[in-house]
Amino acid sequence: MSTVVNVEEKLFQNRYKVDHGRPHIKIRQPELCRNECKVQSCTYVCPAACYKAEGNGAVTLITDGCLECGSCRIICTELSNVEWEYPRGGHGILFKFG
Amino acid sequence: MSEKFDVIVVGAGPSGNAAAYTAAKAGLSVLQIERGEYPGSKNVQGAILYANALEQIIPDFRDDAPLERHIIEQRMWVLDDESFVGTHFRSDDYNKPPYNRYTIIRAQFDKWFSSKVKEAGALVICETTVECLLMDGDQVVGVRCDRQGGEVFADVVILADGVNSTLARKAGFHGEIQAGNVALAVKEILFMPQETIEARFNVKDEEGVVIEMFGKITDGLMGTGFLYTNRDSITLGVGCMLSDFKQNPNRTSPYAMLEKMKAHPSIAPMIAGGEMKEYCAHLIPEGGFHAVPKVFGNGWMIVGDSGGFVNAVHREGSNLAMTTGRLAAETAIAAKAAGKGFAAKQLAGYKSALDESFVMKDLHKYRDMPSVFHDNSQFFTTYPELVNRAARTMLTVDGIDKKTKEKEIFSSFRKSRSLAGLAGDAFKLWRAFR
Ligand SMILES: Cc1cc2nc3c(=O)[nH]c(=O)nc-3n(C[C@H](O)[C@H](O)[C@H](O)COP(=O)(O)OP(=O)(O)OC[C@H]3O[C@@H](n4cnc5c(N)ncnc54)[C@H](O)[C@@H]3O)c2cc1C
Ligand code: SF4
Ligand code: SF4
Repeated sequence: MSTVVNVEEKLFQNRYKVDHGRPHIKIRQPELCRNECKVQSCTYVCPAACYKAEGNGAVTLITDGCLECGSCRIICTELSNVEWEYPRGGHGILFKFG
Repeated sequence: MSEKFDVIVVGAGPSGNAAAYTAAKAGLSVLQIERGEYPGSKNVQGAILYANALEQIIPDFRDDAPLERHIIEQRMWVLDDESFVGTHFRSDDYNKPPYNRYTIIRAQFDKWFSSKVKEAGALVICETTVECLLMDGDQVVGVRCDRQGGEVFADVVILADGVNSTLARKAGFHGEIQAGNVALAVKEILFMPQETIEARFNVKDEEGVVIEMFGKITDGLMGTGFLYTNRDSITLGVGCMLSDFKQNPNRTSPYAMLEKMKAHPSIAPMIAGGEMKEYCAHLIPEGGFHAVPKVFGNGWMIVGDSGGFVNAVHREGSNLAMTTGRLAAETAIAAKAAGKGFAAKQLAGYKSALDESFVMKDLHKYRDMPSVFHDNSQFFTTYPELVNRAARTMLTVDGIDKKTKEKEIFSSFRKSRSLAGLAGDAFKLWRAFR
């Protein structure tokens, strides 16, 4: 399946209260993503495309569009490289409909 | 806030609301803590509400609950790339009040349910995330919140915190969720005039249609799609096992799958012109019977998705959530009345009540289903294609006689799957459904 889908357009419809400077999810050791993780499944499984594969093999994470599903934590089992918490109360995604 | 309550409920989804409502109604002092801006602002569902579970908690909910449409028709579609084979079941029985199934919009529904919880006398605090449980030895005695001085105490804490079950995991009650035991679903809500929906789905007033789908839309992964009619919107979504998303060699993202589903020639006309107003994602615990963890201990009980209480075969979750929430609250009420404390022994009634209810009976009935589907991907790949091809062969009028067509269909089944394989599949399915 090679449909190019712009997920940003979808996320644009959502309401968020971003907790600036306090991301609720962190990559523990970025060098593990680059050197040890072959599949980097977070870069295509995350439904909000928060994880990006950079050209140099690194993976970067920006949590602003996060939908708080938990998938990235669960799929990163081999290296347990995702430090995952819910955002502070009242922050993060605010579903209007759900 | 260093008060002590009878019960603390973490989470204000259907399971937490059912628990808090039931406990407060019985006169217990209840604190309910929700991390969202308001109850429902974090929650995602299809969403079908099964009336029965709610009826047992709030018998007259139909008077003022925000219900979209009652379901009068259920469609099941098996999709190939360009076609579908399906069954439609519509009955006037479903059109006689009191109705038994409704579409709802969770953000609105949860807010409504929460207003009932407050009326029943519970203290509901939103915009507050519970960070961890407070322990005294091996007894849970309260929770710590992300507010200043945020330690609160209770005799018993009911964990209604949803599929990620962060609090029980942190406390070591159970381990990390397995990717093979949860489905990741994405969905959109598309708005369009009420008349358009009624014309497209051949319904009137408050009648609604649900379509459950499987087949090619999931890119060969184990998963399903759905389309539900609300009053003036349609929700549609698709979900697959998280482990399958991870292992898919095509590296298909959930949103690409959703987009492909929306473009399917049988689906696109139904949603044409709809204005997309929200995109959601959420996990669904689908491990079933074998994946349910330990659900009670000293001073704690787990309810709803947090305990894996979802019947994936029938797409039921919210009703199991409400029922488990109610049963946990009833256990707390009984423990308080007995006056012998809140150790595990005093809360064991929760487990027996679960076992006696449809919750564990249904999960037990389908206990082998997840693994049958998981180990047999042909149900999601080969069969949908074969069934669609068979229908096309039979229904295309092209001068070839029907007997020859039957032979052609049979041999196409045989080519894709050995006779023993076909029979084995039928047997596996029968055994899992039995
Ligand atoms: C796409 C999709 C479609 C579905 N369709 C259906 C359907 O049609 N019918 C059906 O019956 N079921 C359906 N389900 C399943 C159903 O949505 C769930 O089973 C149900 O929502 C579970 O309720 P719950 O109260 O246990 O959890 P949730 O509804 O997830 O509620 C958990 C609550 O706890 C809060 N919370 C979590 N952690 C904390 C914390 N640390 N501190 C404070 N608050 C916290 C959350 O914000 C949330 O409000 C569907 C699910 C999905 C994802
Ligand atoms: S799956 Fe885990 S280790 Fe691999 S790239 Fe993603 S975060 Fe890094
Ligand atoms: S929690 Fe879900 S949406 Fe958020 S970053 Fe992880 S996978 Fe993406």
